[in-house]
Amino acid sequence: MNGLLVLPVAIPLITATLALLFRKSSQLQRWIGVLGMVALLGAVLVLFRDVHNDGIQVLQLGNWAAPFGITLVADMLAMLMLGISAIMGVIIGIYSIFDIDRERERFGYYPLLHILIMGVNGSFLTGDIFNLYVWFEVMLIASFTLLALGNSKNQLQGALKYVFINLFSSLIFLFGVALLYGMTGTLNMADLAVRLPQVENTGLVTTVAMIFLVSFGIKSAIFPLFFWLPASYHTPPVAISAIFGGLLTKVGVYALIRVFTLLFTDASVHNDYLHHILLWVGGFTMVIGVLGAASHMEFRKILSFHIVSQIGYMIMGLAFNTAMGLMGAIFYVLHNILAKSNLFLISGIAQRLLGTFELKKMGGLYKHYPFLAVLFLISAFALAGFPPLSGFWAKLSLVKAGLSLELYVITGVAILVGLLTLFSMTKIWLTAFWGTVPEEVPGHFGKLPLFGAGKLYILVIPVMIIAGMIILVGLNAQPFLELCMTAAEQLLDTSVYIEAVLGPQ
Amino acid sequence: MKSLILHTATRLMIGVLVLFSLFLFFRGHDEPGGGFIGGLVGAGAFTLYAIAFGTEATRKVLRIHPITLIAYGLLSLVVSGLIPMFMAEPFLTGKWLFIEWGAFDTKLSTPLLFDIGVYLCVVGFIVTVIFSLEEE
Repeated sequence: MNGLLVLPVAIPLITATLALLFRKSSQLQRWIGVLGMVALLGAVLVLFRDVHNDGIQVLQLGNWAAPFGITLVADMLAMLMLGISAIMGVIIGIYSIFDIDRERERFGYYPLLHILIMGVNGSFLTGDIFNLYVWFEVMLIASFTLLALGNSKNQLQGALKYVFINLFSSLIFLFGVALLYGMTGTLNMADLAVRLPQVENTGLVTTVAMIFLVSFGIKSAIFPLFFWLPASYHTPPVAISAIFGGLLTKVGVYALIRVFTLLFTDASVHNDYLHHILLWVGGFTMVIGVLGAASHMEFRKILSFHIVSQIGYMIMGLAFNTAMGLMGAIFYVLHNILAKSNLFLISGIAQRLLGTFELKKMGGLYKHYPFLAVLFLISAFALAGFPPLSGFWAKLSLVKAGLSLELYVITGVAILVGLLTLFSMTKIWLTAFWGTVPEEVPGHFGKLPLFGAGKLYILVIPVMIIAGMIILVGLNAQPFLELCMTAAEQLLDTSVYIEAVLGPQ
Repeated sequence: MKSLILHTATRLMIGVLVLFSLFLFFRGHDEPGGGFIGGLVGAGAFTLYAIAFGTEATRKVLRIHPITLIAYGLLSLVVSGLIPMFMAEPFLTGKWLFIEWGAFDTKLSTPLLFDIGVYLCVVGFIVTVIFSLEEE
């Protein structure tokens, strides 16, 4: 029992409540927002120390013993995800101060942002499959409102697609949960992991596995279920785009990793095509995403398609189903959240300077804002997998895992997609940064300094922090890779998880 | 809406509805009822008032802004969850306080606090929705 385990959920809830109570004052809300995120980061770090030193931590909420009550479980994977979610929380908290207008603040932007983070953290921590559904709903409701907040026409268009497809996915998820409960009589994930291998009707177990693949696949935007993502993620303010693009789809990936390592393993699904399907899906997701990005000329749309493409890598790592593959997938998730969110944040600064997201109307950023160009270059090269940045190690471990399994085709595809990613990033670089200054630019272009009057530094500092982290992870990858390896080993040896929740078997 | 029947009936009904919602709320401790359903009936009372006398009048009757009501509700939920944590027990563990007055023994508990939070959230939420629909 570790009572602190509830803090990653409770702190955002408290912050949201306070922000709602003081909603009249924007100034107070901003401070509450940033402080709440910092407190969350602190709590996660304390928990991280516990998990790192003493192994998996468990909390039975309300003192109801597992498998009857709701259990919160923190293993290394959950902690890594919580850590990155708290870091992103702080970053977005700071970025929002300047990026979010008064109108949105008045209509509850900050409470919603914290509720969203609460949903994300809850999904990472929960050890109960129905509770996971509940956290997904919390996340969905908050994200729907965040997408639609502001009421512009294209925002509502994007939000509607988003909410319908996600509600549909939740419905499928619920079917899967019902079938699981019917088969085993339990919803606790550790208990399910014990009972699923004993189910005689293995066909039904495979069916449920596929239901979960479709449901979480929609949420994490895998091929062929990704179409809603590029249609909605470029519509809201940049701070929201960044947290959606960086964090939200990865919750789906986390859920996939969790269920396909804990519940639907070789022991419960008695056929080998499960991982083949994942492999194909991963490959197609990579290729289709990157091709979609190559064909677009809008800054955030390109980034949105790249989210899809990068998800493919993570699914591929999961499909390998080895410690190395899972380690690569987990590292990839962490690196990708940093790099992708940072690119979104940079697109926001570029838009503020040039007044548009259309690449054709952008240019001259390198000439007038060389520092911003450097920041972009770091994130873009990290995304494409250039050494020595974080993306290189992520791709290297995945490629190594693929080669050791002698899966040459998919490994080749992964490398090729990396090159195509570089192509898209070069496209942005050539037009927005190296291109000539367009004729119609806002009057302040070139005159407004990044640091100084105009307060642009509130936007630039978060970007600098993430860029610094990308370099740090890149140059000093070993400890981070080791943490991911610990997480992967815990995932593969399910008995540790089961014992932590249900006690010695 | 200008209707003498509705106005008179609403004046009579609103007290009964609020009382009934509180009855449902407290009954929910051991029998069907509770914060959610009580909150719905309570919100129903204010909705009826809003239809009969308009949203401005209802805001005056309600005194507190409905979104503030949601905030207080959330606060109550959070506090009920945190109380057991100060006694070194997991979040949301039910804690009880028995007070014996002789004739009316009282049971106070953190689940009650939780339910009050649910009640306030439901009333606040529904009234917010109704107000924004009425004012469109």
